[in-house]
Amino acid sequence: MTSPLPDGSQPLLTVDNLATHFFTRAGVVKAVDGVSFSIAKGRVLGLVGESGSGKTVTGYSILGLVDAPGRIVGGSIQFEGRDLAKLSPEEMRRIRGKRISMVFQDATATLNAVLSVGEQMALAIRAHENVSDRAVRALALETLAKVGIPDPASRLKAYPHQLSGGMRQRVAIAIALLHRPALIIADEPTTALDVSVQAQIIHEMRELVRMSDTAMLWITHDLATVSSLADDIIVMYAGKTVEAGPTRAILKNPRHPYTRGLLDSVPSRNPRGLMLPQIPGSTPSLLRLGGGCAFAPRCAFATAACTTAPEAVTEDVRSLRCHHPLGQAA
Amino acid sequence: MLGFIIQRLLQAALVMLAMSALVFVGVYAIGNPIDVIISPDATQDIRAQAIARYGLDRPLWEQYFVFLGNLLRGDLGRSFLFGMPVLDLILSRLPATLELTLIAVLAATLIGVPLGIYAGYRPDSAAAKAIMTFSIVGFSVPTFWIGLILILTFAVSLGWLPAGSRGPTRELFGVQWSFLTAEGWKHLALPALNLSLFKFAMMIRLARAGTREIMLTDTVKFARAAGLAESTILRRHVLKLISIPIVTVFGLEFGSTLAFAVVTETIFSWPGIGKLIIDAINSLDRPVMVAYLVLVAALFVTINVVVDLVYALLDPRLRPGARA
Amino acid sequence: MSDTSVQTPVSVPAESLGTAMPAPAPSAAAPVSPLRAAWAEFRENRIALAALVVVFVIVGLAALAPWITPQDPYDIANLSLMDARRPPGYVGSGGYTHWIGTDANGRDLLSAILYGLRISIQMGMMAGTVALLIGTTLGISAAYVGGRVETVIMRIVDLQLSFPAILLALVLSALLGQGKAQLITALVAAQYAYFARTAYGAASAERRKDYVEAALAVPLSGRRIVFRHILPNVMPPLIVVATVQVASSISLEATLSFLGLGLPVTEPSLGMLIANGFQYMMSGRYWISIYPGIALIILIVAINLVGDQVRDQFNPRLKR
Repeated sequence: MTSPLPDGSQPLLTVDNLATHFFTRAGVVKAVDGVSFSIAKGRVLGLVGESGSGKTVTGYSILGLVDAPGRIVGGSIQFEGRDLAKLSPEEMRRIRGKRISMVFQDATATLNAVLSVGEQMALAIRAHENVSDRAVRALALETLAKVGIPDPASRLKAYPHQLSGGMRQRVAIAIALLHRPALIIADEPTTALDVSVQAQIIHEMRELVRMSDTAMLWITHDLATVSSLADDIIVMYAGKTVEAGPTRAILKNPRHPYTRGLLDSVPSRNPRGLMLPQIPGSTPSLLRLGGGCAFAPRCAFATAACTTAPEAVTEDVRSLRCHHPLGQAA
Repeated sequence: MLGFIIQRLLQAALVMLAMSALVFVGVYAIGNPIDVIISPDATQDIRAQAIARYGLDRPLWEQYFVFLGNLLRGDLGRSFLFGMPVLDLILSRLPATLELTLIAVLAATLIGVPLGIYAGYRPDSAAAKAIMTFSIVGFSVPTFWIGLILILTFAVSLGWLPAGSRGPTRELFGVQWSFLTAEGWKHLALPALNLSLFKFAMMIRLARAGTREIMLTDTVKFARAAGLAESTILRRHVLKLISIPIVTVFGLEFGSTLAFAVVTETIFSWPGIGKLIIDAINSLDRPVMVAYLVLVAALFVTINVVVDLVYALLDPRLRPGARA
Repeated sequence: MSDTSVQTPVSVPAESLGTAMPAPAPSAAAPVSPLRAAWAEFRENRIALAALVVVFVIVGLAALAPWITPQDPYDIANLSLMDARRPPGYVGSGGYTHWIGTDANGRDLLSAILYGLRISIQMGMMAGTVALLIGTTLGISAAYVGGRVETVIMRIVDLQLSFPAILLALVLSALLGQGKAQLITALVAAQYAYFARTAYGAASAERRKDYVEAALAVPLSGRRIVFRHILPNVMPPLIVVATVQVASSISLEATLSFLGLGLPVTEPSLGMLIANGFQYMMSGRYWISIYPGIALIILIVAINLVGDQVRDQFNPRLKR
């Protein structure tokens, strides 16, 4: 199932039928099992799913950061003319941080507590370029300013624990931006922050991305954030993509019951005072998936047909993996 | 920062006081000290004289204060066994133990840590498994037995190295050191090796455990995501993070190794303070015992303070006034 | 996130209710109890498994020593100096083969080793158990009661932790004299601090958790909280420490015996056997020291291997 291409532009990244499995003691966990999408230059794709849906592993897979006992077992990741899944470790390293960057959820864990901000930025800069100390400092200051950190010069000497949570995440974002990558993968970067800071960072990132024509893969469980930020949305469930399409179209007219359920449980869409609607049941353990549609046990519309796994079907700009789609296409 | 240092020093002084009291009470209160100096069938007069002379008839707390006063003046009493001032006795034997301990702990750290980091970085490799098995052996086998084996192999069977005693010394800073002579190294080799094996194993295990944990953190993942080479990650991130527990252990283990030198010195007839304390214990030479314990306590307290300071240097989170 | 099981369904067309739901095909094993899972994981480490077997074998042999050894090495009446310092394989005056030779007093070394193992294991386990009990009580009390008590107890423990165990054991041993009780006292004094520190760390981490605060607010009785909540969480790290400390006790006891302290000459532990044989090593009668030494090492290494695996399994930071 492929996200539609904006007319005329070549996709920057095309993930085709990606499968990443974890070979654990308890069995094989098919964290990502047949995920396909593309992102065009300068576009923002929102990857939405609950925890356990495989969205984070998808992000890791693109950058080759999947830890043992997991590994990519199938599919391809086309980027700038090469298949990332087949590159050597050194070739992959040259892409990481330079052409594709990643921002993680909790900057307290991702920044090294015993190194100063300046040192960590210098390490990131020197990973790809051999430049003088002055040039390193200049680039670091410029990037820190770009992400909206006041008084960057004094921040360079600071240690992560001396900064606020929002500031730390901005530093992490700055590190991701240092080499002006073509694509940024952002894995729930605002989840660990205060609500007020969240909105700020989302807004700033949107501006940054627009200004520099950088593409972004925004991974999140929160439909609300993605609605203001992403041009297109992909919804994942239990390792597979279940629905994809332009943001506005999906939000206005979701066709997969799961997407519908997610939308319906967003607080802002519901009248106050009533109980929030929720999807019954819980996310399945990836160890015990049956052969049919993974969502069927929780789906109000499931029938006998759902014992066979649905295929992804692309229609115009939208894709869907369901035997009983809702309503009519918008 | 200065306040921090002063505070630590004050704490240290308090601890020293407590330790000295504990040690004193422990050593003097158990058993009857007089029986060491005077043979049981001496006359009452001689006994009374000896008791008065050594102040053993005073109440314990008074004896302690006399002891404390002497201590602060640098007078640690006279050894019952050797008849000479304890301070001189200890100082004359200290360099031998110090050089042995320093060499042992340095060797253990400088070789053990890199090996441990490698074992933690590639935990499933054959080399790592070999390193870990070796470290378990080094960790489990009692020091005295390794000493025996070393002597048996290198001194008796192969005849390469001497089986004991210290080599010739040369002077540095007014003290005699044997590592300054070539012959001295031949004598140092086996006991230093013996002493270092336990610490060596411990450093390997520590470095491995730390490295394994750190490699799984998001910090390393983020560094990888930024394109850092693995060697850079190991050098700049892992090493720095690991240095905190390692320095702590290094400091603490230095003191512990000093204490463990007791066994090694006995086996190799090394003329250090370890051998001194064994002799003192066997003959219940109480002044030496007390002085030795107080000295060791002082050493430990000093090491603790130094380790705390180095800790603060290495981990910016611990520096006072570091909160944003 | 919708991972609750609150049944508040979205508007449902009536006819789709009650239709056949696909049953999940069984793919992996049924859920196992944590104990069985831990055992399965342990079994995978072949070395640790072998070590565990070795430990059991040694303990078994040592326990059965009085019944399987040809000689009671403590009974002086059995010993004959004619049998002294004989090499392995020698047939002694008792009519049986000394498989590992004899020591300087004419003792059958094999019997002496088995009896020595008995003592080592006894001392190790007793010292370890008492140290565990004392240390855990102190640690949990300090964490639970808090305030002044906590500070005082933990300061003493910290003090003791930084003091080398061997020195403490040495001095205490020397002062208290020889004998089993004295030796155990020395060993316990040297080791309870490790247990106390571990118990304290785990207990105070638990204590601060919300569910304990909640339980205290209810209020549940203190004892109940400690036993039902804090203790189970303190157990895992304590088990790890206990394994290591038992091995350490055995090693420490052997060292003390080697140095001439600890147990009286009439009940030779492995350390003393080794010490006695030291002087004969130079003249080629190596077996008197070597074999007791090998027995000691096998025991300690085996215990440590098991302890290593236990520690790795219980370390939460290594979980994926």
